[in-house]
Amino acid sequence: MKKKLTGKQIAEYGLMTALAMVLSYIEYLIPFSAAVPGVKLGLANIVVVFALYRLGVPQAFVISLLRVVLMTFMFGNAFAFIYSLSGAVLSLCVMLLMRRTGRFSPVGVGAGGGVSHNIGQILCAMLLLETKRLIYYLPILLISGAAAGLVIGFTGGIVIERLAKEQK
Amino acid sequence: MKRYKYDTIFVMAVILAAALIWLFSYLTRSEGAYVRVTVNGELYGEYPLNTDTKVNIGGGDSYNILIIQGGEAWIDEASCPDKLCIKQGKIRYDGQSVICLPNKMVAEVIGGKKPEFDAVVK
Repeated sequence: MKKKLTGKQIAEYGLMTALAMVLSYIEYLIPFSAAVPGVKLGLANIVVVFALYRLGVPQAFVISLLRVVLMTFMFGNAFAFIYSLSGAVLSLCVMLLMRRTGRFSPVGVGAGGGVSHNIGQILCAMLLLETKRLIYYLPILLISGAAAGLVIGFTGGIVIERLAKEQK
Repeated sequence: MKRYKYDTIFVMAVILAAALIWLFSYLTRSEGAYVRVTVNGELYGEYPLNTDTKVNIGGGDSYNILIIQGGEAWIDEASCPDKLCIKQGKIRYDGQSVICLPNKMVAEVIGGKKPEFDAVVK
């Protein structure tokens, strides 16, 4: 079953991971911070949504996890790592399941990813800080995650369509 | 817009869930009695909301200045880079909290009975 990676696949992994990292970095540069921690756009998720549709499930996982690990090496600490990893893993799983049902467009998948990313992070923060009180942030994080996810999913959907045409 | 039918249902469900959680926490809220501060998951101190005070939490390189005035508590100054704890504003109701992730500081309002002592430090 295990096949050797082709040169094209290696290039794809590298390109997509680099792109996801650049998008993370751009987001990191935008001086936007809301009162509630965790409210953000999640630009890098465009790449993950794209990978989920066009490259395949393992690719999406590898790209997303590599981005988290590499961004941590460059900008983060252990605490931030657990934090972004929990969001990334949960959102990947939810997006994968939503894609598998075949009922959602990339827009819905993106929204699901945004919402579950925030749920993952808040669960992780509740465990790390040992407080249940964070649940009070959940409503605003659900809404902001859905809103950001819709934008990301919509953008991702456009990219998926355009690139599909180019490739054929 | 048939294409987006399930997407719309999903987003509606999320908004509904958020509204329900918010409504629930709004309806069940009550005036708080004191602020419990934990750092790194450990109890740092408890301060009653009816006594005006100023506390330097942490004290060293990573600090958050907590102010209690007129029954409300807020973070006035902090060493963290993002200052999200200051932007989170004032808290007064049971269960509300200010959280500083970089300093692992949580200040939460606790309702019910006042603590036996004015301040319990570690």
